[in-house]
Amino acid sequence: MLARPQLASVTPPVDEKRESVSGNGGSDHQDTARRFRDAALPYLDDVYTLARYLLRNSADAEDAAQECYVRALRHFDSYHGPEMKPWLFAILRNVCRAEFARRSSAAVAAEEDAQADEETSPLWQEPPASPEAAMIRQWDAETIRRLVADLPITFREAIVLREVNELSYREIADTVGVPVGTVMSRLARARCMLRKAWIAEDGSRT
Amino acid sequence: MSCAQTQILLHALLDGELDAGHARDVEGHLRDCARCAGEFRVHRSMQEAIASAGLRFYAPLSLRRRIEKALPAPPQRSANRRAVLKGFAMGTALSTAMAASVVVGVIRSDEQDRVLGDVVSAHVRSLQGEHLTDVETTDQHTVKPWFNGKLDLAPPVVDLTAQGFTLIGGRLDYLDGRAVASIVYRRRKHVINLFVAPAADSQGQRTKLVSSQGYNICRWSAHGLDYYAVSDINADELREFVEKFEQAAA
Repeated sequence: MLARPQLASVTPPVDEKRESVSGNGGSDHQDTARRFRDAALPYLDDVYTLARYLLRNSADAEDAAQECYVRALRHFDSYHGPEMKPWLFAILRNVCRAEFARRSSAAVAAEEDAQADEETSPLWQEPPASPEAAMIRQWDAETIRRLVADLPITFREAIVLREVNELSYREIADTVGVPVGTVMSRLARARCMLRKAWIAEDGSRT
Repeated sequence: MSCAQTQILLHALLDGELDAGHARDVEGHLRDCARCAGEFRVHRSMQEAIASAGLRFYAPLSLRRRIEKALPAPPQRSANRRAVLKGFAMGTALSTAMAASVVVGVIRSDEQDRVLGDVVSAHVRSLQGEHLTDVETTDQHTVKPWFNGKLDLAPPVVDLTAQGFTLIGGRLDYLDGRAVASIVYRRRKHVINLFVAPAADSQGQRTKLVSSQGYNICRWSAHGLDYYAVSDINADELREFVEKFEQAAA
């Protein structure tokens, strides 16, 4: 169905499995650090952006981005692809998952319930598009960020990886660890939810 | 193709993810079905609205600094020098003076290679992710004071618009683990990053033009500062930029 063949999803490195980077000391170590810096630091804004949308809090996002880079360096010796960006994102997701577990409040559970409902309800509930509905108002960045941030996390993540981090479906599938077909249906659903919120925003302002 | 399938696949079409055959099928359905076509238009305009709003965040400088610090430090130059000297001291026939000059040569070229790699990385990084400038202005009198208090050096900022190099702003960046100034110029559609760092040593370095990873880099020293100009413009133009900058800054 999709243009790209579906590959096995990539398993992000297991956390806390320290490798012997520190053992060899000297120039190898420093050389690795330098190669890592060159390969990974250009994506800091991307990592930070995703962390901001996943955690919805700038201080937590900074901590998560830093932890992501520390873990990524630790596993850099065993890194053989996929592309750097999805690899870093997969690590970041692990870091964020730990943060969610720490927060593990009723709020998170409630969000997951809402998400399960959304996942099973058919897309067909959407009202037929009228010609006026095709007129999508241009909101400012702050408003759109808020609308995106209000989406349930699975769908928020899909939208951000695609529209903000500009990953392909294949790369999103690698990052999230689901088949490409799932990426596509999540995005379809995420955009329908976002559209609903987008249009409701119009009503709430007039 | 059914409406139900199209409701999903139109998103893959929107994202340019369909192969030619499926793209044709979906487009065929959109021509025949007003409802699905309406859906497609709504999602397309929403996608465009998102793209033009700019939803990215930019990592604060303090975070970049924290991460740089958390990574292992670059090689210690003093340790290297000692280690190599010890090698010579252990029974070689070379005179001390000669050994010293060889050692200094080796270390300097090592360090410079690394810094040049850093310069290119920083340049490439600045072109990605729309974070070219922290302060965006064509006014040299705005850029210069902006660096005050952010760095322990005062980089000369000169406007070279009349000479064909437009000043577009300034940015804080990192080279070799140190905070440096980058003054950003544009020549036609090409960006020139001019990095200004405290001089690595008192001798200074002679003006030298090298190319690395497809970029031209010109480095020189003046008044206790090291300069690195990097761009994808050709070597002659970069040399011209450096001359004009030096004349104006002098």
